[in-house]
Parts: sequence; structure tokens; C-alpha cells
Amino acid sequence: MRKIRGSIITAVTWVLVLLFFFPIGWMVFTSLKSEGDAASIPPKFLVNLNFDQYAIVFDRGMGSYLLNSLSASLGSTLIVLLLAIPCAYGLSIRPIKKVQDVLFFFISTRFLPAAASILPVFFILKSLGALDNITALSLLYTAINLPIAVWMMRSFFNEVPMEIVEAAQIDGANLRTELTKVVLPILIPGIAAVALICFIFAWNEYFLATLLTTFTARTTPPFLASFVDGRGQFLAVLSAASTVAVLPVVIAGWIAQKQLVRGLAMGAVK
Amino acid sequence: MTTASFAPDQERTPVPPAEPEGTATRLALKKRGRQARALVMPALIFSIVLTQVPFLVTIAFSMLQWNQLRPSEIKFNWFENYSVVFTGPDFLPSLMSTVIITGSSVVLSLLLGLFFAVLLDRKFLGRGLARTLMITPFLVMPAAAALLWKWSMLDVNVGMVNWALNLLGLPAVAWNTDLPVVTIVILLTWQYTPFMMLILLAGLQSQSREVLEAASVDGAGPWRTFQWMTLPHLRQYIEISTLLGTIMMLQAFDPIAIMTKGTGGTKTLSYLLYERAFIGLDVGQAAAFGVVTVIITIAVASIALRTLFKVFINGGER
Repeated sequence: MRKIRGSIITAVTWVLVLLFFFPIGWMVFTSLKSEGDAASIPPKFLVNLNFDQYAIVFDRGMGSYLLNSLSASLGSTLIVLLLAIPCAYGLSIRPIKKVQDVLFFFISTRFLPAAASILPVFFILKSLGALDNITALSLLYTAINLPIAVWMMRSFFNEVPMEIVEAAQIDGANLRTELTKVVLPILIPGIAAVALICFIFAWNEYFLATLLTTFTARTTPPFLASFVDGRGQFLAVLSAASTVAVLPVVIAGWIAQKQLVRGLAMGAVK
Repeated sequence: MTTASFAPDQERTPVPPAEPEGTATRLALKKRGRQARALVMPALIFSIVLTQVPFLVTIAFSMLQWNQLRPSEIKFNWFENYSVVFTGPDFLPSLMSTVIITGSSVVLSLLLGLFFAVLLDRKFLGRGLARTLMITPFLVMPAAAALLWKWSMLDVNVGMVNWALNLLGLPAVAWNTDLPVVTIVILLTWQYTPFMMLILLAGLQSQSREVLEAASVDGAGPWRTFQWMTLPHLRQYIEISTLLGTIMMLQAFDPIAIMTKGTGGTKTLSYLLYERAFIGLDVGQAAAFGVVTVIITIAVASIALRTLFKVFINGGER
């Protein structure tokens, strides 16, 4: 009896999970159809599948948008790490006054909506001639991701056993050796998690990308909307472009599920 | 649980203060403090320059009469923009939309997230795969999610949801134009349920198995165990996920810009600001809306911060 009930719950679980996942599965399936098949109602399940839509997507220049997304995301992630690792180290291992104030400040900038700063940022970039500029976009993404990175990194640093650090200090290690040779190697998985989360947020960002870029520096999210056109059918090509756009982050997130949880809760849960 | 690792910062101090204080130690301590500050400063300065300075400028903008269509007529008008914000016809409906959309999405995704977390906490065939599939909606680029839901799922003619409704003998719904608020809530709920689920699942997994088994040996049914043991244990996880979820959904812009363009009660504060500044080109007023939005967010966030700090810094109440 108990076993039967268990299998029923399992079956229900799977049905619900698949239902939840359906839009994504359907996106991939639709991306392999022709436009005509993609828009047919009732939907066609037994159709010729091919990669024609993907060729169209790249013919329309998606490559350069992906490249822009990649440089903005990688660039900002790198700067975030360069700033956040020393900062979190200073906050967690060194005695410093007002640690909580600093942490509080960082987290409050994360809660400051983009609305607070978008207008000045827009006009400053405009007057500097830095609209439509990947570097400017990367720096803004860095500002967005820095608080999360500091908080996460600090929670990782706090777990490094003090004995290791003290032993290094007794051996006469200076600050830099202590950080790079002793502490950082232990923290590689943590750093990877921080990098991944910063990358995901930057890769998916839409608001700033829409407002601050036009063509040269345009990233993938605002570009996707250009596949919608009023004249004809576009479901298959839109699905193909979306699949390409979401794939890197989805796969990265699948691989790093465990670290993802911790990062999303800003280090509060493991 | 995680909390063990969240010792208060004082305990992390490498040099115990109880040590006899020679001048040398004090000098060393001072040097460490300087070094620590030097490590923290770059990130701090970067953050101040890129977030706080622009906000101060926004406050200055909000006291200007500045319409981009008439760039020669920029002048100070003090609080006139604010009086327009509070007496004009747009602010209150927009605040309501924000509360309705954020509120219902948070509640729905929390309930669904809890439901899925409980289902996926059981041991069953393919659990790992099921979890992987479940977290995917949160990873999907919001712009792509909005486009696909708008055209591929909810479209009145070719959308899969309407096809399913027809199969069930129900009429098709033009979600996007007839039920715009529901449309946005559906999308946000779909994207954030995995987020809620992930955090709640971590909470479920941190429960002590022995205690649960003891409860079941003592004859407590699964529902009673859930109500009296699991839910109280989950409380702090529910708080974290609700607060972080609220902050994120409060700022949601992509689905509204892509799906409804602020029509039919979906003009949230962030969209209203965007519209004023970049379509209406009224910088002064947009800035005033921005400042008011920030004040509201800070009000919500300060509650969030207090709770977060309780949980994060002090290791939470156990």
C-alpha cells in the first residue's frame, strides 16, 4: 500500500516537473521546425527537424551580439573578482572596524533599484560619448554584482580554518603570500561559484543593455526582440535564437547547481 | 545547517586581544588594520562612485524643470516635480500595480516553490534530473522567457496554453491584451518558483533526519510532522526567499517592457520611470519618480535587511 502511494506521488511529481519545464523543451523543439510547422495548430509532433533556423539566426548577425554579451559578462566578472576577493578578505580575516557597516553598505547598493541611477548614468555616458560602449556596460554590471560577490566571498573566507592562516603567519608569510598561496587555493570552488553567478546576472541583463546600447555594443537580450516581426511567422527562428541565447547560462547553472543555491541566498544557505 | 560557519566577526580576529600588549603587538595590529582597510577600499570606492554618486545626481535632477524636448529651458523648480508625482493621475495606480504584481507573484512562487521543494525532497527515481529541470526557468534569460511566453505559450492563435484550453473545451484567451496583469504574474511566478524552491529545498535538507524519524516513531503523521516540525524549521528560509524574491521582482522590468508595455494595469513604478524619461523625455519628473521609487524600495528593503542581518551575521535564531 505504502509502495503504491509512493509511486503515485513520484508519477505526479514527474508530471508537474515536466509541465513546468515544458516551455523550455518546447522552445528547443520549435527551434528545429520550419516556420510553417511551428505555427500550426494543432501543433505538429511528427515533423522534419533540422537546423535551418539556426543558420538564419547567425546570418542575421547573432554572433556579434553573443560576442558583446560574452565580453560584457566576462569583463565585469573579472573586475568583480579583482575587487571582491581582497575586499572580502579584508572584511573577514583581518581585524577591521565597522565591518558590519561596510557589509550593510554593500548590500544596500544591491537593493537600490536601477531607477535610482539610470538617468545620471545615461547623461554622463552620453556626454562622455560612452553610450553604446561595452566597457561602460561592463563597469555598470560590476557595480550591480559587486555586493553579491563580496557577501558570498566573505562567507567562503569565514570558513577557512584559522589555524591554516595562523600557521602561515608564524612562518612569516606576508599579506599577499597569505592570500594567494594559502587561502585562495582552498577557495577555488567558492570563487568559481561567485564568478558563475555574476556571469549569469550580467549575461541575462536587459534594462541597462536596452537603454545604454544601440548597435556596436548591443548585447543578446535586447537583440532577441528583433526576431519578432509583424509581417509573418517567426516562432521557429525566435525559438532558435532564444535557445542559443540561454544555452551557455543554463548549462553552466546545471553544472554548478549546488554553488548556485548558496550564491542566490548570498551565502546564507549551503 | 550553515549557521555554524557564521561566527561573529570578532571571533575571527586572528590576534586575540587578551594577549599582553607590547608596543610591538600594537604596532603590528595597527598595521594589519591599515592593510585590511587598503584591501576593502577599492571595492568600496568603486561602489560609491557607481551607485551613490548617481543617486545624489538623481535627487538633483528631480528638482529641475528639464524636458529634453525643450533643452534651453532647464531651471530649478524645487519640489514641483514631487507635487506632480503625488497629485498627478499616474503615481497611485502605478504603485498599486507594483504592489499587486509583485505581491501576487511572490506569494504564488513561494507556495509553488514550497510545494515543489517538498516533492523533490523525497527520494525517487530520477530525482537529480527532476531537480535540474526544475531550476532551469530561473536560469533562462528573462527577455527570452518573456518573448517565448508571449508568442509561443500565451498567443491567442498559436499559443500552446490556448491550444490546451481548447482541448479541455474552454475558449482561448487573449492573455496579453485581455489579462495583462495575469500574464506578467504567470511569467514572474514561472521564473521565480525555482528560486524559492532552491532555497527552501536547502532548508528541508538541513533538517535532522533523526528528529523526523523519531516523530514518525512517536506516531506523528506526515502532515502533523510537516506542520509542527518542518514549517517552523523552514521559517528563516521562507523569510530569506521571500525577501530576496520581493527585491528582485520589485525591480522586474523586462517582462513588462516586452509583453505588455505597461498597458492594462501593468505600469509598475520602474516602467513608469522608464516611460517618463525615455519616451516622455521629461527628465525632471522621471527623476522625481525615481527618488520616490527608491524611498519605497528602501522602506521594503530595510525590513529585508534587518531580517537578513539577523540570519546572516548572527547565524540566525536557533
